[in-house]
Amino acid sequence: MSFERVQEKLKILADAAKYDVSCASSGSNRSNTSKGLGDATGMGICHSYTEDGRCVSLLKILLTNHCIFDCAYCVTRKSNDIKRAAFQVQEVVDLTINFYRRNYIEGLFLSSGIFKSADYTMERLVAVARKLRLEENFNGYIHLKSIPGASDELMKEAGLYADRLSVNIEIPTKEGLKLLAPDKNREDFIKPMVKVKNEIIQYQSEKKIIKSTPKFAPAGQSTQMIIGASGESDQQIMWTSNYFYKKFNLKRVYYSGYIPISYDSRLPQIGTDVPMLRENRLYQTDWLMRFYGFEVHEILNNEHQNLDLDVDPKLGWALRNMAHFPVDVNKADKFMLARIPGLGMKSVHKILQARQFRKLNWDHLKRMGVALNRAKYFLVCESRDFERRDLTGPQLKSIILQNSTSKYQKVLSPQLNLFG
Amino acid sequence: MLMSEQNTLNYDGTFDGFLTCVFYIYELKLSTVTFQRKEHVQESLFGSTIEIITDLEKADRVWRGIKRKTSGRGSSRLYTAFLSEQAQIESLLLDYIQHAFKSALPIDSDFSNETVLKVSQIVKSVGREKHRMEAFVRFKLTKDGIYFANIEPDFDVLPLISKHFKSRYADQKWIIYDLKRHYGLYYDLEKVEVMQLTLPEDFDPTKTNTDFFTTSEIEFQTLWQDYFESTNIASRKNMKLHVQHVPKRYWKYLSEKLR
Repeated sequence: MSFERVQEKLKILADAAKYDVSCASSGSNRSNTSKGLGDATGMGICHSYTEDGRCVSLLKILLTNHCIFDCAYCVTRKSNDIKRAAFQVQEVVDLTINFYRRNYIEGLFLSSGIFKSADYTMERLVAVARKLRLEENFNGYIHLKSIPGASDELMKEAGLYADRLSVNIEIPTKEGLKLLAPDKNREDFIKPMVKVKNEIIQYQSEKKIIKSTPKFAPAGQSTQMIIGASGESDQQIMWTSNYFYKKFNLKRVYYSGYIPISYDSRLPQIGTDVPMLRENRLYQTDWLMRFYGFEVHEILNNEHQNLDLDVDPKLGWALRNMAHFPVDVNKADKFMLARIPGLGMKSVHKILQARQFRKLNWDHLKRMGVALNRAKYFLVCESRDFERRDLTGPQLKSIILQNSTSKYQKVLSPQLNLFG
Repeated sequence: MLMSEQNTLNYDGTFDGFLTCVFYIYELKLSTVTFQRKEHVQESLFGSTIEIITDLEKADRVWRGIKRKTSGRGSSRLYTAFLSEQAQIESLLLDYIQHAFKSALPIDSDFSNETVLKVSQIVKSVGREKHRMEAFVRFKLTKDGIYFANIEPDFDVLPLISKHFKSRYADQKWIIYDLKRHYGLYYDLEKVEVMQLTLPEDFDPTKTNTDFFTTSEIEFQTLWQDYFESTNIASRKNMKLHVQHVPKRYWKYLSEKLR
């Protein structure tokens, strides 16, 4: 391995891969059985964090940034005048193994620009994974991109080596995709997703009968959408997301605030702020759907097409549905406890366990870590002291906002900051 | 009377030693006790001092008793909390054990009880440190072909991370050395052993000196530093969040932060 050449390639191809926000290394169950290298059981580990605060868990690189497509939102698009590079299969293998041995990473996330054809590209990705698994006896985490248009046979082989497969739908609406990536259509993304989903189901059912059935993408599939590049509403984003979760059993949908990288007039211009607050609200909504028992239409519907920026979506829902409150924490079921603003699922479980010993009061809740500054308006407990005013949603919202500060204050402030 | 007196128990600072203390507290019906680890013994002016000699059999009896009264997770919590080395952790754990022995229900989830809550909070911070060490250990390849890492964790977490590293790095020799507590773990491709090192005088744990480490080691560190820089998105810079995830006290042994 020539150090200087690999160094140059690594800089280019890591830089090009960083817009893919997925970094998960959890959810797999590949254990180290034969005294090989690596173990992908248990929870994921973030080995470091970049200065933008994102987790570094996997060696995330492109195999190459040569690409035959010209998608406006993508930094490796054909028409972009940038340095191009391509790794050899063995170079990626060596980097992965040597980083892993030093405990820098949990494994590899390999994506690629499309060079020559879909199959040609997918074949290279599979070759890296095959070599890691079969020659290096590597049991760490491998995340491969499913290349739209790759053959079923290749997708099947990819699933046998990879822990996770993903294909990014990138643009949440069909119209947006047509505008920004005229060479592509939605069906191309969906086809490999369907194939992988069906294989996962088949392998899992075979595994129940024959224990030695190999694993097939044990950490499932994920996808990513770019936020704020094509004028879509939050409702469109989250309904699309919900569709993908339900229809393709996705493990994760990632939301990536668009980072301006082009002077293309179809897109937000360079210098435009990354919509980080909006991205944050979308993730909160995603969590409410996956862990808190909310249906997407409760939060986003034709009357509420966009999320509030000044309050989180759970508080927003509560303020619109004051009739459900206050909730009695000593009696309510898990489902209703999870809907109290200021209570996370950890607090919900603690309450459910702790109330078996005695009725809980404000002091107990506070010490368990409940965010009472919001929660106190929405619950009653073992105390005669509780919010008695009959406040409307808007009244309560202004009280809560007055008594709290947001880390996004600057973004939220309607006034121009002249001296900031 | 012995019972009303202030008793100081001197023990060796090990978990088995602590359990032996618990045995004698019940045996001798001691009511007010303070614990003292051998390494920082002070003469006490008041009350009496009792020397406790660690007795594995007695410790084991107490441990089995605890296991009968708590869930598996509850008893391993006691050990985890003990490793926090916090001042007076022994007294808190004694409270916990006494509460467990008295209560009819298993007390693990009695979060409105102050002792249970406090123990669970300490367990949480030790667990967080364990997880951090699983993340922040940076091995460097020595000329002897051993992957070596030095750490200075806030709590004594080496016993908790041994299994993780053994199952992950089964095909390479490695050492993880706690510079603060002067002991380490050595895996020789068969088993993990506790070991003590005499580090050379000119050994600087923040540097990678080619007297001790391979030249390819420096190349891989450079590649890792390059990768760390390239994967950052400058327009999203958020140092507050960065430092929250990677507190500054860990930076000195993280190769990506040493450029």
